[in-house]
Amino acid sequence: MEAKTWKNPVIAWIDDRLPVFSMMQAELVDYPTPKNLNYWWNFGSLAGIVLVIMIATGIMLAMQYTAHVDYAFESVERIMRDVNYGWLLRYLHTNGGSMFFIVVYIHFFRGMYYGSYRAPRELLWIIGVFILLAMMATSFMGYVLPWGQMSFWGATVITNLFSAIPLVGEAIVTWLWGGFSVDNPTLNRFFALHYLLPFIIFALVFVHLWALHVKKSNNPLGIDVKGPQDTLPFTPYYTIKDTFGLGVFMIVYLAFVFFAPDFFGEPDNYIKANPMQTPPHIVPEWYFLPYYAILRAITFDIWFVSAKLIGVILMFASILILLFLPWLDRSPVRSAKFRPIYKQLFWVFFADCIILGVVGGNAPEGAWVPIGQAATFYYFAHFLIIIPLLGKFEKTRTPPTSISAAVTHGGIGTKVKEAAE
Amino acid sequence: MSTPMNKLLIAVAAVAFLGVAPPAGAAEAPEVPEQDWSFSGMFGTFERGALRRGLQVYREVCASCHSLSLIAFRNLGDVGFSPDEIQAIAEEYEVEDGPDDEGEMFMRPAKASDRFVPPFANEQAARASNNGALPPDLSLMIKARKNGANYLYGLLIGYVEEAPEDVEMMEGMYYNKVFPGHQIAMAPPLFEEAVEYADGTEATLDQEAHDVVTFLAWAAQPELEERKRLGVKVLLFLIVLTAMLYAVKRKIWSDVH
Ligand code: HEC
Ligand code: HEM
Repeated sequence: MEAKTWKNPVIAWIDDRLPVFSMMQAELVDYPTPKNLNYWWNFGSLAGIVLVIMIATGIMLAMQYTAHVDYAFESVERIMRDVNYGWLLRYLHTNGGSMFFIVVYIHFFRGMYYGSYRAPRELLWIIGVFILLAMMATSFMGYVLPWGQMSFWGATVITNLFSAIPLVGEAIVTWLWGGFSVDNPTLNRFFALHYLLPFIIFALVFVHLWALHVKKSNNPLGIDVKGPQDTLPFTPYYTIKDTFGLGVFMIVYLAFVFFAPDFFGEPDNYIKANPMQTPPHIVPEWYFLPYYAILRAITFDIWFVSAKLIGVILMFASILILLFLPWLDRSPVRSAKFRPIYKQLFWVFFADCIILGVVGGNAPEGAWVPIGQAATFYYFAHFLIIIPLLGKFEKTRTPPTSISAAVTHGGIGTKVKEAAE
Repeated sequence: MSTPMNKLLIAVAAVAFLGVAPPAGAAEAPEVPEQDWSFSGMFGTFERGALRRGLQVYREVCASCHSLSLIAFRNLGDVGFSPDEIQAIAEEYEVEDGPDDEGEMFMRPAKASDRFVPPFANEQAARASNNGALPPDLSLMIKARKNGANYLYGLLIGYVEEAPEDVEMMEGMYYNKVFPGHQIAMAPPLFEEAVEYADGTEATLDQEAHDVVTFLAWAAQPELEERKRLGVKVLLFLIVLTAMLYAVKRKIWSDVH
């Protein structure tokens, strides 16, 4: 960290004792960033902002919300009807949840495409996977809070999964519920945890950024920064680019909030939870649908292992496998730009995830069963077969020697250069 | 984009589309007729005449079976009812209050701050009067069904006297074109002249259904008008701001390369 002399005496005094200003200067202003980042690199900072929006709106909702099975549903409706701008807070929070996943999924696929998980950023990637897991737990428990039909039945179905664990399964489920069904104790602990987890996510994000700032950003070419000619100071270049991206994001996000606030929601969740009446289709929120498809893909026991247990294992494995991606991929180059086959198979994998999502949204019957099984198989094959094989056999193209070389030789910037000449 | 990638994207779109279409053979409810609603679209508002007539239909027809527990009389003030009108409507209902100084519960006329009074004391009473079926609360009905407004409209006009021949009707059930499974325990609540409109509008079945749906759409989302009005302003502001941010971004980046 470069010691900087501050003109303002108060700032200088503080900085001498606790160098927060020097740190901000180094990490937010001078921070050298590859000059060739495209707009897919906006989604990390967007995710951070959405997290802050979620925490801010969540805390304000919590001030009005009642975590009790007899009052939760009504208290959410009171927020919607009687609290000043309560409807805005709630729709910001609900749609914010969906937006959070959209942003994070894009962020994640960006990392896969450009090989951002590769050395030396493995730990950064792994922290990201843990953030994703924590987000899932958070939103799953948040979805239970309004205590609608889907809240209740979703919670029942998902917590019941643990009963597939041999011997101790039933005991674990009872322990999770705090009773013999999803009931008031369950709602209370879910609220407590839903309030807690976002702050854990916040801490994880901090570590994620710390790791990022040690090894710095990857870039679309996937090559290392060779020197100052390859980078730009974060401020003003990327602060303005991120701010512009935020503007575009807010237009999309708020268009949903104001004009289609229930777009991502399930109508059934506007019916108060009723333990005596199972809804015809129990579906989780859209961002869980691919995992839900994997969970239900297995319809047969293998030896003594029940289909249900295999489904549960595969569902968790589908996320945990991401932790190993940095070591499964042995390709000599990072970016898909220089990997002609991976570049296409990346999109096949993306399509596979969409197909899994569609399967997850449909009842597990008819053609959906084999489609779900094939898509589940492909999901794992992508990581366990395709990626390792590609690393060995794919003929990669040679990336340019440096970012600035690419920028001047027929890359970005040539037009500007020509115009200047 | 390379061509294989384009093909892929098309495949993705096709799959996504297939996912939207219900799988063939599933016993899904049939299509409901799409209507023009005053409250749909970016600038939608609740047509005041339809709201008033809809309230009348609710009170004179539906209220004998269905509660509307999330709406207080005072809420009517948001859509143009005067305090006197609200007072007059509220006073037609009796609510239990208390305990008084002697510790007794007592009945009094409802006030503007009270909620619409449910027709039955509890679920058992409601089922007992309805052949065992439970008339659901209508406050959130429009949001609690897919394509709620059109569905409810379709439900109200969707009764058929004679069930198709291959359908075995259960005791006390009525055939309805849009209700899932087609057998509903609610007798056709609306018909020509089921109400005599205070504003002289001709009370056709269509008109009544349309009006009560408008009223219930308001009951489910009383914030709708404020939400859309604010939304237009916020989006306009954001679009201008973002355009300016883009200009600044271009300016700042112009010296790079
Ligand atoms: C005589 C009593 C009665 C009246 C009057 C009545 N309903 Fe119903 N309604 C019921 C019953 C009973 C059910 C439950 C039906 C079932 O579950 O099969 C029901 C169900 C409904 C449903 C739910 C349908 C679904 O998708 O589950 C709606 C919506 C509805 N009524 C609207 C209305 C409206 C609007 C009116 C006034 C125009 C009205 N009802 C008048 C008894 C009534
Ligand atoms: C990681 C960030 C967060 C995510 C992904 C998230 C997600 C969700 C989701 C999906 C719901 C269900 C929304 C609905 O159906 O209405 C919800 C509800 C809720 N959340 Fe969060 N949330 C987050 C942070 C917070 C925080 C920090 C708080 C406050 C302490 C909070 C408080 C609430 C409350 C009170 C509800 C219930 C009210 C309602 O249903 O609108 N949330 N959350």
